Parts: sequence; C-alpha cells; structure tokens
Amino acid sequence: MWLATLLMALREVRRNVMRSVLTTLGIVIGVGSVIAMVTLGQSATARVTGDIAALGQNMLIVLPGADRRGPVSTNAAAFKLDDVRSIEKELTGIAAVAATATKGELVVYGNANYSTIAYGTTNEFFQVRSLKVTRGREFTDAELAGGTPACILGETVRRQLFASQESLDATIRVGLVACRVVGLLEAKGQNTFGQDQDDFLVMPLPTVQRRLAGNGDIGMIFVSVAEEQAIARTKARMEGLLRERRRIVPGQKDDFTVQDTKEIAKTVGSVTGVLTALLGAVAAVSLLVGGIGIMNIMLVSVTERTREIGIRLAIGALADEVLLQFLVEAVLLCMLGGAIGVTLGLGGSWLATRALSMPFAVQPTVVIGAFVFSAAIGIAFGYLPARKAARLNPIEALRHE
Amino acid sequence: MLSSLPDSGPLLELRDVTKVYGHGDAEVHALAGVSLTIGHGELVAVVGSSGSGKSTCMNVVGCLDRPSSGSYSFRGVDVGSLDLDQLALLRRHYIGFVFQGFNLLARTTALENVELPLVYRRVPAAERRRQALATLHAVGLEGREHHTPSELSGGQQQRVAIARAIVTNPSLVLADEPTGNLDTARKEEIMRLLTDLNATRGITVVMVTHEADIARWARRIVQFKDGMVESDTTNDSTAA
Repeated sequence: MWLATLLMALREVRRNVMRSVLTTLGIVIGVGSVIAMVTLGQSATARVTGDIAALGQNMLIVLPGADRRGPVSTNAAAFKLDDVRSIEKELTGIAAVAATATKGELVVYGNANYSTIAYGTTNEFFQVRSLKVTRGREFTDAELAGGTPACILGETVRRQLFASQESLDATIRVGLVACRVVGLLEAKGQNTFGQDQDDFLVMPLPTVQRRLAGNGDIGMIFVSVAEEQAIARTKARMEGLLRERRRIVPGQKDDFTVQDTKEIAKTVGSVTGVLTALLGAVAAVSLLVGGIGIMNIMLVSVTERTREIGIRLAIGALADEVLLQFLVEAVLLCMLGGAIGVTLGLGGSWLATRALSMPFAVQPTVVIGAFVFSAAIGIAFGYLPARKAARLNPIEALRHE
Repeated sequence: MLSSLPDSGPLLELRDVTKVYGHGDAEVHALAGVSLTIGHGELVAVVGSSGSGKSTCMNVVGCLDRPSSGSYSFRGVDVGSLDLDQLALLRRHYIGFVFQGFNLLARTTALENVELPLVYRRVPAAERRRQALATLHAVGLEGREHHTPSELSGGQQQRVAIARAIVTNPSLVLADEPTGNLDTARKEEIMRLLTDLNATRGITVVMVTHEADIARWARRIVQFKDGMVESDTTNDSTAA
C-alpha cells in the first residue's frame, strides 16, 4: 500500500511537472539559502578560528596596559628583562617564552625601501608563533647575546626589497643600522581580517633595544604553555606574579593584560556563530513561506481533484488512505524541493568559499536537518489540505463539477 | 470480517427506509418509507422522474449513504450500524459503480483506472495487472489498455468504467444512467455488455435510468415516485 501510494504520488507530481516545480520553488530557495548561509557561516568561523590558532599553539600574550580594545595608547610601564626572567623561573608548565621589543622602521635595500615592523626577540619567538625559517638559519647564541645586526625577513618584506633577487646574506639597512639577512620565513598569507601576516622582520632582542629603540623595554611577551589544560591556570599565576612584581595592591586594577589566543578564538567564533544563526533564521523564514506555498497549491489541488477523490472514496478508499495519499504527495514535493535546495545550497557555498579562499566546512547535521525539516514542512502544511480531501462526502464529491 | 460475508438469503433488503435531509422547516423527505428486496443475480432497472428519490435510494443501496430510519441489510449485514470506514470496506469488497459521466481518472491510462479498485484491495502489482488486463479484454478493449480517457470515445470510456466496476468480481454493480451520454448504437453495446455480465458472471446489476427503452433490457423494473416505490413489475419481454 505504501509503495502504491508513493507511486501514485510520484505520478501526480510528474503529471503536473510545471506546477510541481513552481510549487517546490519556495522550498528549494528556502532550503538552499539555509544550507548556504549556515555553510558559509561555518566556513567563516573555521577560517577565523584557524587564523587565530595559527598565531601560535596554546599561547598567552602579555601586554603592558589595562585590557583594551583597539590601538589605545597606554602610559603603563613596559616590561623589563627581569620580568621575563622571573616568568621563566617561577612559573611551571611553560614550553617557551619569547620577549619582544618592537619598533616601526623604514628598511632599505638598493633603491627599494619599505616601512615595516622590526621585532627584537629570541629564537623562542619562532616556536611560540608557529613560524618556520625556510631558508637560512635562526639566530646564533652569539648574535642573541651580543646584539649583532642580523635579521630574518617575513615574506612581504623580502618581496618588497628584493623581488626576484637573492636576499640571503645581503645587507639591508633597518632604520640607521646596516643589517645582514640570515634567514627567511615561510609565507603565511593574509588572515581573515585582511591583515598581512608576513609584514615584519625579526632581529635579536638586544639589537632592537639598543640600536633601534635606545632603551631596555620589552613590549610584548609571548608565552607558550606546554599543556592545553594548563592555560587558564598558568594565566592566573602569571597575573599574580606580575601584580606582585609591578606592586599592584589588592583592589587596584591590573596595568597589564594577559590574552589567551584560545579565548580570543572562542570569542570571535561565538560572534560569527551568532551571525550564522541570524542568517540561518532569516533563511528559515523563506522556508516557512515555501511551506505556505505548498499548502496553497495542495488546497487548490484538492478542489481541482474533488471528483477523483469522490471516485476513490466510492470504490472503497478509506478516509485515512485518501489523507495519506495527499500527505505523501505534499511530503514528496517538499523532499524533492529539499534535495534540489541542498544541492544548490552546497554548490553555491562551495563556489563562494572557493572565491573567498575559505575552507569548505559542511556540517552533515545541517544538511540532514534541512532535509528532515522540509519533510516536516510537507507534513505540517500538507495535513490541512489532506484532511480536507479525506473528509469529503463521496456523493457530493462525485457530483462536483 | 466484512471481506467474507455469507451469500445465502437475498443480496439486499430495504425495510421502511427513509432519508431526511436538513432540519426543521427545511426538512426534505427524499425517501418516505421504501421497502425493496433484490436477490442474487437479478437485473433491475430503477426508473422515475428526477426528484422521485431513485438516486437517494441508490446511494443507500450502494452504501454511500445511511438511511435516516428503517433498516437496510446487505448480505445479512445491518448497514445502518456501520461507521464510514466499514461502509467503505463494504463498497471495496462487494460493490462496483458505473457512473453517468464515466468518472475515470483523467490523464490516467485505462489499465491504471481499472487497477485502482485492486490497489485498495491490496492486490500485488503483477496480479493486479493480470486481472485488469483480463477484464479490459472481457469488455472488448484489447489494444486500448494504455490510452487515457481523452484518447477514448464515450462508449470506450464507459467500457473502461464497467471494467473498473467488475474487476473485483463484486456481488453488485450499481449503474447510474450508464448510457446517459451515448448515442443509440453505443447505448445498445453498453446494455448488451451489462446484460452479458449479469448472465455469464451472475453479477447483480441495478441500473438507474429515465429512458424507457433502456429499462426494457431489465427483467425487473422498479418505478419510484415521491420518495416511494410506485410499482415493481417483472418485464417478460426483455430487449435482450
């Protein structure tokens, strides 16, 4: 009986191809846009959190100044090398600490010049920031201790200065300091926010402090925590230690900030998640409208086929069998629309992720969910017309013109 | 239980059946006490002017409607006590309908139209097809199995309708103005088919008509007037 009903419904759908297509168009668009919105949202989230994770593994960033958003100038004291030493000495579970001093400088090679940021730091910097020296080498202990003018270039800086020329062992000028290129970093490209992740160069810490900045300040400390579970605990201990060292009395606010990249990723992820949900909800409204379209056409169909229903009832169809027939028809229409919508939605978002060079993150649960939801819409909006058909009086239905 | 009723006794029996539509002042007595007994294998013509109650009576006989009062038993079952689904099952198993306007499913082939009652009887697809083809051949429609109603003449459409009515091998075929829309030659063909089915298969045929020359084909003619049976006569000079 189920098979016969299904075949009957299929024939009915095929009999009015044009009408069926137009009827399901609402569902196609609804399901398609839900799938596209959610998939694009997921892909964007994956990209953003991926970018933040690429900043470094299990990383804490310690900055002077109270927690702030955006480039607000601070008059809180910078860190000193002693602070870094005590972090290394007193905190456990730390894989690497990279103290940095930064200075914006104009770099010159031949007649090419380019303005970028010079990071003065140690070799731990490459570890905590997940950077790789692809050509040349990292700094030697002698270079790090003595403040030798050596530098390792980010890909953007190398391209700006050297284009296709050999850069290794060349001497460039950073500010007023002549400096030998000893290594080149692997390119990381742009992140989601359009920020160039290769636009900097790295020098030994004392080189930047003494020759460029002219002081012993440390701007930012990158700390890599050995175990992921220990991040929160390490962050709390770090805050305690720094409050003590900077003589902040209880009740007074911190004049420094410890950022957790995992936390940043989570925050950004939740923002894009909310956006995804919002877009999905808007798309779901069109799915609802599509469902109403189905109901509309099914009601018309019942009126149009009153005689047919009369015949079926007269030759012995039960009311439930007529109900089932129309319900199956509505569900079939919705599921056909759902299948087409899923295909279009996935295809569209695949193209979009290609164009925006984002990862294509498909959630099978969303695809299955949209499909099941369209079937549910078929039942919800098909029920009323189906019940109308099932409740027809066979005598009157047969007389219907 | 409704699929295997005994066939002893009369096929159907109406006792003082009334049918009232509407309430209060708008009350219409479509049937005002009809008693009628029809046995197995009879060929009965029901005649009367429009409004005489013959159609209402046929709706009751065909288990499409229940009497307001009185009793109606079909193969020993008291129809008045059945609910709508049980009425449907009774129709499914024992009654075939031939309507005036053919009432075939549009854009559906003759074969599929004839298969329809078997679908509701849960007959497996292969068997359904075999029975439907055999029945279409029995009504003389070889080669027309895959035509849709719009590709068939009126006479052919009515043959499809008759095939649909008898494919389940029912006890009773109710034909409402079976020749209503046909020319004289087709009328005769259809009447010959119905009388043949009655004679060879023993199917009881009750047909409603307002044409005297069609009624002449039946051996028994029941005349309705004002919601009652006016006369119930045996026709000794059947046209067949």
